[in-house]
Amino acid sequence: MRTPVVVIGAGQAGLAMSHHLAGRGIDHVVLDRGEVAQSWRNERWDSLRLLTPNWMTRLPGHRYEGPDPDGFMDKNETVAFLDGYGRSIGAPVHTHVDVEQVTARAGGFEVATDQGTWTCDAVVAATGASSEPRLPAVAAELPGRVDQLTALQYRNPDQLRDGEVLVVGASASGAQIADELRRSGRQVAIAVGEHVRLPRTHRGRDIHWWMDAIGQLDERYDEVDDINRARRLPSLQLVGSPERRTLDLNALCASGVDVVGKLMRIVGQKAQFSGALGNLVANADLKLYRLLARIDEFASDNDLDGELPEPTAPAPTMLGTVPTELELGRFATVIWATGYRPSYSWLDRAAFDQYGRIVHDGGVCALSGLYLLGLPFLRRRKSSFIDGVGADAAELAGHLHAHLDNRGL
Amino acid sequence: MSTTQNPVVDNGVNVQALLGARQALTDAPPAAQFQWRASCEWVKGTHSRTTISGFSGLGQEHSHRQPYTVESDHPEVFASEDNAATPPEIVLAALASCLTGGIATVATHRGIQLRSVTATIEGAMDLQGILGIDSDVRNGFNGIKVTYAIDADASKADIEALVAQSQKRSAVFDIIANPTTVQVDVA
Repeated sequence: MRTPVVVIGAGQAGLAMSHHLAGRGIDHVVLDRGEVAQSWRNERWDSLRLLTPNWMTRLPGHRYEGPDPDGFMDKNETVAFLDGYGRSIGAPVHTHVDVEQVTARAGGFEVATDQGTWTCDAVVAATGASSEPRLPAVAAELPGRVDQLTALQYRNPDQLRDGEVLVVGASASGAQIADELRRSGRQVAIAVGEHVRLPRTHRGRDIHWWMDAIGQLDERYDEVDDINRARRLPSLQLVGSPERRTLDLNALCASGVDVVGKLMRIVGQKAQFSGALGNLVANADLKLYRLLARIDEFASDNDLDGELPEPTAPAPTMLGTVPTELELGRFATVIWATGYRPSYSWLDRAAFDQYGRIVHDGGVCALSGLYLLGLPFLRRRKSSFIDGVGADAAELAGHLHAHLDNRGL
Repeated sequence: MSTTQNPVVDNGVNVQALLGARQALTDAPPAAQFQWRASCEWVKGTHSRTTISGFSGLGQEHSHRQPYTVESDHPEVFASEDNAATPPEIVLAALASCLTGGIATVATHRGIQLRSVTATIEGAMDLQGILGIDSDVRNGFNGIKVTYAIDADASKADIEALVAQSQKRSAVFDIIANPTTVQVDVA
């Protein structure tokens, strides 16, 4: 089978790319191992909602138009939204096709799947940033009597056997899972490493409205001081909820969750946690206050003060005395919410450097004709958001178009 | 790489060289593998003398400009001769020095001119641990408190951010705040 372009993955990124390729009249196929929005169907916990509000749920040529612009889509609504997008743009999606190997051939690629092999001139890898859990080395030290699962495997509190839970990680996933388990009546401890604290709303508007308004979400990868650090930043400590509540360490403490530092080591029957939590918390608070000051300055400069409530500062994070050691015996389950990473096990090794990193500039790979899409801060701070992938797809489709033209196709 | 460095700022730190080294080690991670060494000789009683001269890194051996020595002893209240600071006090000194060096580096990178930096450092310890009186009490510090007084051309928030960042990049802060596997052998 032959096509100019194979897009791998039919999520927000693959579909946005399909839209832009179609707009340029470039023939292509979109392959997915499952259905459209597969990871939202099968790899998310039941209560998860988008972290961005409905009005911000925009893809090229498609947006939320329901009655609740300030709400947050749940898992099923998100699947339906992406499904509807795929149908509205007539994306040429081939479902249930497992890509087994992508190999660079003279001037193009061979995409081997369980449904046959495609030859093409360009490949767009749009398989997402969260294909696999990123586990710390300490995970291997956990004794077998403790159940362990990753955030990708967690569904709801009933799935876990009775007993206390240690949630490792306090970005969106860990904070939400710890909060949900605590609300279900469990004893919960959360191990907190570096995190990005944010209030859900500021002066009555969603924090994402502000981050968008001040231009932060549009900051480009070739303009920030240290793109590698920006890409490694943990995800925002937020929850999408109907009541637009803030989920931070103060909220978790108030609900009775025990907060400890980063899990460092298991020694005998004890789990040891970092004593550096105070610094991480101070750093997160400082960055939060700096962002809110920037927002308030923006509001004044744009004459918004008259229509907005006065600014209020979130309380500093207060944790009290935090132990650096806990008896492992108290935990029945450990949940690893320590981040995710993309998986490119099927991709030609020629795309990687000697340290296993894909060599690319904003998604344009050094391996000519290969493109990445849908990764954190790929081209701008919002690259991994539904609202951000469209702009990246437009730019990469342009580059890809020129690549095909240069080859005289 | 762009920096916010202000040319009139001089804290005696060559930030450009550090940024260059950072880039070089990003490109060649094996060169980032360093080993720090010391040798310690018993003098008499609790008095000992540690000599520090060579280390390895950047793919080769290095020597300090000259060998340095650090002496240590216990105080007279422990029936020792108090020839030098105690080992835990040297740990506190190492932490304060590491954080202070970091503050100067980060300040220069951020274009902040320092006029004075003073750290007071306190480590609380329950001797019932070392003496084996109560096995629930640890030998080491219960906690360490560092307080900085900094006079600089910067707002309070910027100074707080400076101190926070120096902890984030400090080797000794990490060594103390996080567990490390220690293996002690007899040759």
